[in-house]
Amino acid sequence: MVKIAAFLTLFTAYLVYSATVYTYGTRDTIQVKESAVPQIVYGKTLYQQYNCVACHQLYGLGGYLGPELTTTYSDPAKGELFMRTLLKGGGLRMPNLGLSETEINGLVSYLKYVDSTAISYKKPAKP
Amino acid sequence: MSNEINRLTYRASDRATKAMLTLALGYLLFGLCLGTIGGFQYILPDFLKKELAFQKTRPLHVYLVIAWIFTCAQAAIYYYLPRVAGRPVFWIKGMWLHVFLQGVTSLIIVTCFFMGRFGGREYLEFPPWLGGFILLSWIPFAVNFWFTIKPNYKTAPVYIWMWSTGILFFFITMSESYLWIFDYFKTNIVRDVTVQWKALGSMVGSWNMLVYGTGIYVMEKISGDTKTAKSTTAFFFYFLGFTNLMFNWGHHTYIVPAAPWVKMTAYIISMTELLILVRIIYLFKKTVSEAQKNFHSIPWRLLSFADFWILLNLAFAIFLSVPAWNLYTHGTHFTVAHAMGATIGINTMLLLTSVFYIIQEEQPDWFSQNKGLIRSGIWISNISLLAFWISLIGSGMVRLSSKLNNELFAEMMEKSLPWFKLFAWSGTVIVVGLFLLIIPAMKALVKRKPVTV
Repeated sequence: MVKIAAFLTLFTAYLVYSATVYTYGTRDTIQVKESAVPQIVYGKTLYQQYNCVACHQLYGLGGYLGPELTTTYSDPAKGELFMRTLLKGGGLRMPNLGLSETEINGLVSYLKYVDSTAISYKKPAKP
Repeated sequence: MSNEINRLTYRASDRATKAMLTLALGYLLFGLCLGTIGGFQYILPDFLKKELAFQKTRPLHVYLVIAWIFTCAQAAIYYYLPRVAGRPVFWIKGMWLHVFLQGVTSLIIVTCFFMGRFGGREYLEFPPWLGGFILLSWIPFAVNFWFTIKPNYKTAPVYIWMWSTGILFFFITMSESYLWIFDYFKTNIVRDVTVQWKALGSMVGSWNMLVYGTGIYVMEKISGDTKTAKSTTAFFFYFLGFTNLMFNWGHHTYIVPAAPWVKMTAYIISMTELLILVRIIYLFKKTVSEAQKNFHSIPWRLLSFADFWILLNLAFAIFLSVPAWNLYTHGTHFTVAHAMGATIGINTMLLLTSVFYIIQEEQPDWFSQNKGLIRSGIWISNISLLAFWISLIGSGMVRLSSKLNNELFAEMMEKSLPWFKLFAWSGTVIVVGLFLLIIPAMKALVKRKPVTV
């Protein structure tokens, strides 16, 4: 009986904790313009459709053959132009996916949005 | 005579079990081949770049080896079910339905990957609607499990609790991993990533419950000790494992800007694993002497290797869970080292324990004739796995140092090349070692059982 009670207590705690994570634990802290949302969602769809996760990571999720992309947009050594060039023609390991200009714009918008949320990656600016 | 009655009781379900085990070994066989190709794509960037890019080899490898883990665990449980319950499997046609659904789903998934149709989510890179098929294939398994065992949880041994938990949480976490299809999750990257880590972290815990449960069952059968699986200590560690399954996932999200208490909860829970580590070290001497005593037994030998990998991986996982280190180690090959140690060293060794235990029961003559080959396979795969694991730690160190020095990605890849070479070649030797186990096991499983008169 003790075992069953222990299981049910832990399971209930799990359900409550899950609901809290889905809501308070992951509240929107970054405000995105309403008009930008469709383009971001389109970019995300493409990111999944081309299976970018096989080689790249976002917040640690993904493969290791290519670089982590969470903060590539704001990286002074990379940035938007660098991203567009690679998306257009591929690289040593990166395949040329034959992306259209609209698709490239979508992917860049998505990665720009991801970058804006990555406050935990960026060191606070020195005063 | 009673043995013969038992055999007749199990025969119909054992046929489906063997079909499922063969399917599982097939997943492992092809998964290993694709992993090897993927490994060589690290050192030869143009290798099959057009025909079979890494964008395809990785999801194929990941899907097939994950399918190996859960299918083999399910097959082993199907074999043990009637023996634990003392009655035939409840729904034998359901077992065949399970094999059929699983086989068809896999075929569609593999075809989708080859055709470049992806869902693009980590681990579950196939189109999302196929996740529904996977869940559907688990329904006959769940029905058979609960209706055959009809468990009395007040007195059931710990492995029944583990199997029940594993099945329940597979349904929960698989469904949770598809919450991203709803806008509420899809349009908030922090929520999406956090929930994905949460679902996947717990999903791994769910199949670990299935796999470790089979390991404990085989250990009970070999040692003849039926008390340990019902002891207070066994249940204490079950509940500790269960708590970790539900709340430990957060150590993957230290870098995600979710609420700080998500990370704190994960850190506290992760540290409870120290209790498990201390216990393993405390019992290690006993484990070694037991292993020496029973090393002639192939299943026991596999269990001993799994024990070694549990010790190594657990110590490593605890190290990776410390936030100050996790900040640097996450997203490097340190994480891959942990994943490979766990999936090959622990899960695969424990599952092969079940495979060879079943073969030993079913084909004792064949088994004793092929022991030499199997022993070589075990040694080759474990020694090469150690080299493979070291190569990943080496790559992780290079990546870490490059991160700290703000080096370019290409520069880091160049410096990692020696480690990648060791990674690709030791990976190939692991495949050779495991082939020495898989091929004979498949042959034994398709061989007709000798008729006892």
